[in-house]
Amino acid sequence: MLLKANSLQYAHPGQDLISFPEIRVDSGEALLVLGKSGSGKTTLLNLLAGLLNPKGGDVILDGVKLSALSDQKLDLFRGKNIGIVFQKPHLIAALNVRQNLELAHFFSKKKGQDIIQLLTELGISDKANTSVLTLSEGEAQRVSIARALVTNPKLILADEPTSSLDDENTEKVIRLLKAQAQKIGAALIIVTHDQRVKNHIPHFIEVLAS
Amino acid sequence: MNLFKISWKYLTFRPLSTGLNVFLLALGLAIITVLLLIQDQFEKKMNQDAAGIDLVVGAKGSPLQLILSSVYHIDFPTGNIKMEEAQRLSRNRLVKKIIPMALGDNFQGFRIVGTNHDYLELYGVDFADGKPWEVPFEVVIGSEIATKLKLKLGDEFTSSHGISEGSHDHDEHNFVVSGILAPRGNVVDRLILTSIESVWYTHDEEPVAVEPESSPLAEASDKEAHEDHDHDSEGHDATENHDSDEHAKFHAAVSKTGFPISDQDREVTTLLLQYRNPIAAVQLPRMINSGTSMQAASPSFEMSRLFELLGVGISLLQGLAVVLIVIAGLGIFIALYNSLKERKYDLAILRAIGASRTQLLALIFLEGLMLTFLGAVLGIALGHSFLWLLVSQSDQNVVAALQPWIFLKQELWIIAYALGVGVLASIIPAWSAYQTSIAKQLTKV
Repeated sequence: MLLKANSLQYAHPGQDLISFPEIRVDSGEALLVLGKSGSGKTTLLNLLAGLLNPKGGDVILDGVKLSALSDQKLDLFRGKNIGIVFQKPHLIAALNVRQNLELAHFFSKKKGQDIIQLLTELGISDKANTSVLTLSEGEAQRVSIARALVTNPKLILADEPTSSLDDENTEKVIRLLKAQAQKIGAALIIVTHDQRVKNHIPHFIEVLAS
Repeated sequence: MNLFKISWKYLTFRPLSTGLNVFLLALGLAIITVLLLIQDQFEKKMNQDAAGIDLVVGAKGSPLQLILSSVYHIDFPTGNIKMEEAQRLSRNRLVKKIIPMALGDNFQGFRIVGTNHDYLELYGVDFADGKPWEVPFEVVIGSEIATKLKLKLGDEFTSSHGISEGSHDHDEHNFVVSGILAPRGNVVDRLILTSIESVWYTHDEEPVAVEPESSPLAEASDKEAHEDHDHDSEGHDATENHDSDEHAKFHAAVSKTGFPISDQDREVTTLLLQYRNPIAAVQLPRMINSGTSMQAASPSFEMSRLFELLGVGISLLQGLAVVLIVIAGLGIFIALYNSLKERKYDLAILRAIGASRTQLLALIFLEGLMLTFLGAVLGIALGHSFLWLLVSQSDQNVVAALQPWIFLKQELWIIAYALGVGVLASIIPAWSAYQTSIAKQLTKV
């Protein structure tokens, strides 16, 4: 089992404790986390990525307990093993497309995938040297997916990757995520309230605000 | 990709704000650079030019003016003194050596100094070409004059009266260049040296009527010359005889040391004096100032007094520079702090893809340091260029002798100070970057 998360619990300051269902994903598998807005889906994703520390329970990725790692080690571990696609692309505006991806190589201290080849697979190789400010929303989203994939992570986490896309682009993005995760043998977890995604990924769990 | 490159990209992403801050800092540092250069070179030059001169004796007036005019050749001379009185002083047992000088003329703004060969020895000059003067109207010119006025050995020119350009010309007799000095980097580079006799004879020939603004020397010698001529004619000398007499003295060798020989009442402008022993420093100045109609001034004392006066202006400029640097530091702080607000997402993303807190800390510090390093380098370059502009604009005064492309060790301190400003300005923004919570930033849309 690549990823195990047992009885995760988290409380935002001044709010009730949220308990999450158990999560188990294997390499090459895809899992959908569904839930309404405010149900704590994004919190779960942050916990899985080690961006938040759980109040209870453990996240074990590839045999490593995230909560046992020091801050610095956790940052590097995340860089090497987890690729995150955020709801908004959040690209670094001061850098061009290729440099944004080089950034992931640099901080993860990992060679990963060839940037141009990856961009070609995502259909945006002609944008490699353009400023990220000139990209359309769909293109920017694809660049942020590329950034999550470029380090060949073991786990890909995607937070509402399709929320601002039309049907056509939604399908493209999901197919792309699935295909790429398969290619590098990574586990894929998509957190969404978008029902359109359900048609593509059969496995899902639901998060309910308690 | 590395931290250095990322910082650089962030800096160039905001060229206007970066440029303004770098420029502000550079201005402040440029002022400090110029002050450093001028102070260092002036002090060196002042000490160098006054080396070996214990006391300057001249006509009564401002002692500072006396020093400036006879050692540094900047100000106007205070007047003339009787040679007889000067000679009496030279026989004093406390005096080791005395160098008389006759000032008051110029050629194209470069001062003509009538003196003897001891003056050449005092400054240890080397000849690039030619030899010292032997007969009246032979001159030795400083290296700077040779290059600026393109004078060669054997070239002739006429002097002008006064010490600034454009006054009345002494066109009766031409000076001939007999020697050109090698550059020494001191005051001699900008002087035309000749015998005292040359200066005397130039003024002897002058008709009195066409002298609109005569210096004391010229006036006095003119009068003498006039009286002399009268006297001569009274003595029934044949005109021809008189002429040949005059002619002969133009070809007689001049005196190489001590005072020139003259059968008339002559004057000189100033005397450069060396003490025989330490007691002289105590007794001589007082003796001269109270016992004669001349005044004595010590170059080291007068110059330290001058620097004290200039000190106020220098402190004022230094204050201005510090204010500019503080403003630049604040500017850098504000720029980093403001950009951090929009950059918190970026920082969170960097953490999400593997950057550690310390790397983010380093990133912000690097930005501040690069900014200030650029400012420092630009500031030093600006300072030197400004001095170069100043030097190239001024032809003949002391500023012209400054060297704009000399680099001092203290300039490394300027870079260190600037980097210090960079560190100070980055502390708060860097700490706030260090503290950024990733999850909170990323979920805040």
